[in-house]
Amino acid sequence: MAYSEKVIDHYENPRNVGSLDKSAEDVGTGVVGAPACGDVMKLQIKVKDGVITDAKFKTYGCGSAIASSSLVTEWVKGMKIDDASEIKNHQIAEHLALPPVKIHCSVLAEDAIKAAIENFRSKAEGGDEG
Amino acid sequence: MTDQQHIYLDYAATCPVDPAVLQHMLPFFTEHFGNAASRTHAFGWEAEEAVSRARAQVAAVIGADAKEIAFTSGATEANNLALKGVAEFLKDKGNHVITVVTEHKAILDTGKHLERNGAEVTYLSVGSDGLVSMQALADAIRPETVLVSVMFANNETGVVQPIAEIGALCRSKGIMFHTDAVQAYGKVPIDVNEMNIDLMSISAHKIYGPKGVGALYVRRRRPRVRIAPQIHGGGHERGNRSGTLNVPGIVGFGAAAELAKTSMAQEAARTLELREHLRTRLEAEIPDTIVNGSLEQRLPGTLNVSFAYVEGESLLMGLKGIAVSSGSACTSASLEPSYVLKAMGLDDELAHSSLRISVGRFTTRAELDSVADRIRDQVERLRAMSPLWEMVQEGIDLKSIEWAHH
Repeated sequence: MAYSEKVIDHYENPRNVGSLDKSAEDVGTGVVGAPACGDVMKLQIKVKDGVITDAKFKTYGCGSAIASSSLVTEWVKGMKIDDASEIKNHQIAEHLALPPVKIHCSVLAEDAIKAAIENFRSKAEGGDEG
Repeated sequence: MTDQQHIYLDYAATCPVDPAVLQHMLPFFTEHFGNAASRTHAFGWEAEEAVSRARAQVAAVIGADAKEIAFTSGATEANNLALKGVAEFLKDKGNHVITVVTEHKAILDTGKHLERNGAEVTYLSVGSDGLVSMQALADAIRPETVLVSVMFANNETGVVQPIAEIGALCRSKGIMFHTDAVQAYGKVPIDVNEMNIDLMSISAHKIYGPKGVGALYVRRRRPRVRIAPQIHGGGHERGNRSGTLNVPGIVGFGAAAELAKTSMAQEAARTLELREHLRTRLEAEIPDTIVNGSLEQRLPGTLNVSFAYVEGESLLMGLKGIAVSSGSACTSASLEPSYVLKAMGLDDELAHSSLRISVGRFTTRAELDSVADRIRDQVERLRAMSPLWEMVQEGIDLKSIEWAHH
């Protein structure tokens, strides 16, 4: 399979690999995928005043999955969480020039950012009530 | 592609044509271009003589008679011919065929075809070592069983089945025994008489011969095996397979077979040493390295290994310039990992993490050392970005997590 230059770049120089403290109030964590399917993405965001100030990822999966998650962390930094939740998989797929068989990687990255935002919001709501 | 940037370790997929083999083939494209079926002139006699010589060379590797070799377009055709040919010829005797879940698709898909045409096919499972159980085979045999087909050595793992035992059992029951010996032919000793093999599929390009040539061994005596032809039109190859013979390809097959026979013991020892050097380095230098399938019952040149918590395709991507295969099917439209490894009970995750590395005639120790270094470094790098590796380091049991399958 021929990879696009952008996929290769993200695979060889992944941005924002790492982990944030998942128990922290200002951190949202999303884990999507399954080992049996060949890809698992963990995406974390740190939020201050509704704006994502930091993002980290770890991905088990093919090069396109690694590139999709790396790209998303790059995009969401500095974004308002409302805007980040609007990121669509086709934007990721187009930017990375993913072939049809790799579209699921971009779907997973969209799911991961949504899951991280949801996790952050549920923590914030829980905090308000408590 | 064989410069320093490119290392070929996928000999189980195909081999380069040995230069000595090519030299034997070349004249048969140009000056000796005759049709082996032309009986009326010297061009045809010359071609026929060359085919006869090749037939004897191919047969000699397995202790067979030259008359028992029917040339085909490759092993896929040979497998089709064996299964369909026996099932059709013996359809009045019985309609039950036994094979194994880890067979090559050329057997499994042909089995499905037989089922659609009214046959019953039993697919035996294998153990974690990749081996079939003789007891399970014996239990699967019915009065209407006409054919057992078990591959000699698996293409993904290199695991070698107990062929002589299976042959003896089938012979005692009067059942035809076919083996797909594509991976084993010319690599390990095979004797069709000692092993009671009735039909055997082989291929030229796995033994440094050309692509597009294979053969089906069809036993002629004790017992005489008869098959219904699947390609009609002239009755070539003793009526088993019609079509003008691929003379240059067959000459190459013969030359490659002879080379394989004379160098087998030496090549087997050398490739085994190379493979073991790689295996011991990988196991010593990379934690959670798992060798898939029996290490003892295995072809000398093939290694199938999983590096837990690292996905195979991403690992391949990091091994740019190194030609190996991955058991992860993430490259295809399906997300299913290798059915062979899954049949051996491997977790999907480990199946997705597997590589097949196969060494051959032109592999050097220096190449393997360079490959071992690269694999070690890439596995380390990918584990550092693997959420699964992180969870395991935190003491989380991955099986305790409810994953959202997609």
